Amino acid sequence: MISAPTLVVEGLTKQFGPLRAVDDLSFEVRPGAVTGFLGPNGAGKTTTLRMLLGLTRATAGRALVGDRPYVEHERPARVVGAALEASSFHPGRTGLAHLQVFAPQVGVSKARCAEVLEAVGMGHAAKQRVGKYSMGMRQRLGLATALLTDPPVIVLDEPTNGLDPEGIVWIRGLLRTFAAEGRTVLVSSHLLREVEASVDDVVVIAHGRLRHASPLAGLRAQATPATYVESPRLDAVTALAADRGWTVAPDGAGLLVEGGTAAEIGGGAHAAGIELHQLVSRDADLESIFLELTRTEGGQR
Amino acid sequence: MRAALVAEYRKLVTTRMWWILLLVMGCYLVFIAAIISATFALVPQEDAPLVGEDAARAVYSVVNSVGYVFPLVVGSLAMTTEFRYQTITQSLLVEPDRTTFLLAKLVSVLPVGLLLGVVGVLATVAGGAPLLELEGDGAMLGDADVLSGLLLGVVVVALWAMIGVAFGALVSNQIAAIVIILAFTQFVEPVARLVLSQVDALSAVSAYLPGGAADSLIGATFFGDPASVDLLPRWAAVLVMLAYAAAFAIAGRLTTLRRDIG
Repeated sequence: MISAPTLVVEGLTKQFGPLRAVDDLSFEVRPGAVTGFLGPNGAGKTTTLRMLLGLTRATAGRALVGDRPYVEHERPARVVGAALEASSFHPGRTGLAHLQVFAPQVGVSKARCAEVLEAVGMGHAAKQRVGKYSMGMRQRLGLATALLTDPPVIVLDEPTNGLDPEGIVWIRGLLRTFAAEGRTVLVSSHLLREVEASVDDVVVIAHGRLRHASPLAGLRAQATPATYVESPRLDAVTALAADRGWTVAPDGAGLLVEGGTAAEIGGGAHAAGIELHQLVSRDADLESIFLELTRTEGGQR
Repeated sequence: MRAALVAEYRKLVTTRMWWILLLVMGCYLVFIAAIISATFALVPQEDAPLVGEDAARAVYSVVNSVGYVFPLVVGSLAMTTEFRYQTITQSLLVEPDRTTFLLAKLVSVLPVGLLLGVVGVLATVAGGAPLLELEGDGAMLGDADVLSGLLLGVVVVALWAMIGVAFGALVSNQIAAIVIILAFTQFVEPVARLVLSQVDALSAVSAYLPGGAADSLIGATFFGDPASVDLLPRWAAVLVMLAYAAAFAIAGRLTTLRRDIG
């Protein structure tokens, strides 16, 4: 097992003129797990990552890699391997040359550069200029840059953008392997669906504020319970729902009751002598919970 | 710092731009030096603006007065491509100390700058010497003053590359940097030096302009008779050129490189 540091974000704030891009954000990213850093475009994810990596100065608060900020590590790129969305490449340089340029500063050999390129499935394009690369190939080269030093912490900004389905499956496997090896892995995405299969924890932000941070299962618990009901007396069910403060919506041959669990509705119907033909819990779709979390004003402040 | 220097050097030589500019500079200087040498060698002795060693040194000085745009562009590109292609992000991830980054960039351009200088000087001699030798007073390539001027020409070109990097740190927008360099070197400074040289009270100022300082270091100028043009002593000329590099670099460190990257 690799011993990896925890990432700690404490009261992190970034003001761009009148815009508060990141607002008093606090969360932790633990080793041995993949943490999804989620939020719509413009939520402040990239700004947060850039503050974590010392590229952007925080207006207030701090971000630590282990016990100190990124820039105070002696050779930070040996501790954190990062691939940022906007981090780009000189189109006239070959993929291999791109890695070799940074090799001396991170203390790896030229042979290691070729090896990492091979490992991300880019061995065939090593001598090709980056200007000819597809978006997916650029993502892989970015990943190779991040993995150059075999770092204990891996930070990837929207790593699935531009990848083909095969590439997405591949990167999921890779992330799971990193976590199993004990590394600290932080992956941002604006789509929960893209990372749902590979994350252990989620940190959800919107408008620069924290909306939710928990293990993935905790996100599901955020959902309003919804239950599908069929009954010959739907009017009575509607009356019951109104009485209990649940909302109802017609759904096929029955009703979808939001706010009440199957047990609550079943119990209420039994007490009121309403005959039920179907009573089915609807599992909340994580994506819609995520959308709800990031859309509503207020949220967790 | 050593690792940063190697990295910056590799950045420069893994792209094509520097050697394309090296080729263009070589060809252009052969052509310009040939034309200038013709104006000295192919006119009657009494009409020639300069004769003998002065003519030779003036011809060879075009490596600076005409050639300096090339090392300036090469140097400024070394810095501005970081911003144009966002490679600055990765550069600062591996070297978060931005002063180290800038210093490495400034120094790492010197080998390529020296190569540009060698090629530039050889091209100037190749273009200028034949006519001087065949039709004029001689190519003067055995003259100690001429030779020291040629060697210092190499140094001057390397210093221009460094000033280019520093300027690129101040004006990080690639298009803006190149437009300003072209406008300054092809128009603003030549005109300013001509005008200043006509005004007695201001003629000394001309030598403090970047190109004037560089001419002083070479010890020859294309802007008139060396006896009548004020040139700085060589030690002062080096200091003035380094002062331009330092001023741009410090200004760049306090503006471009102090800002958020992203």
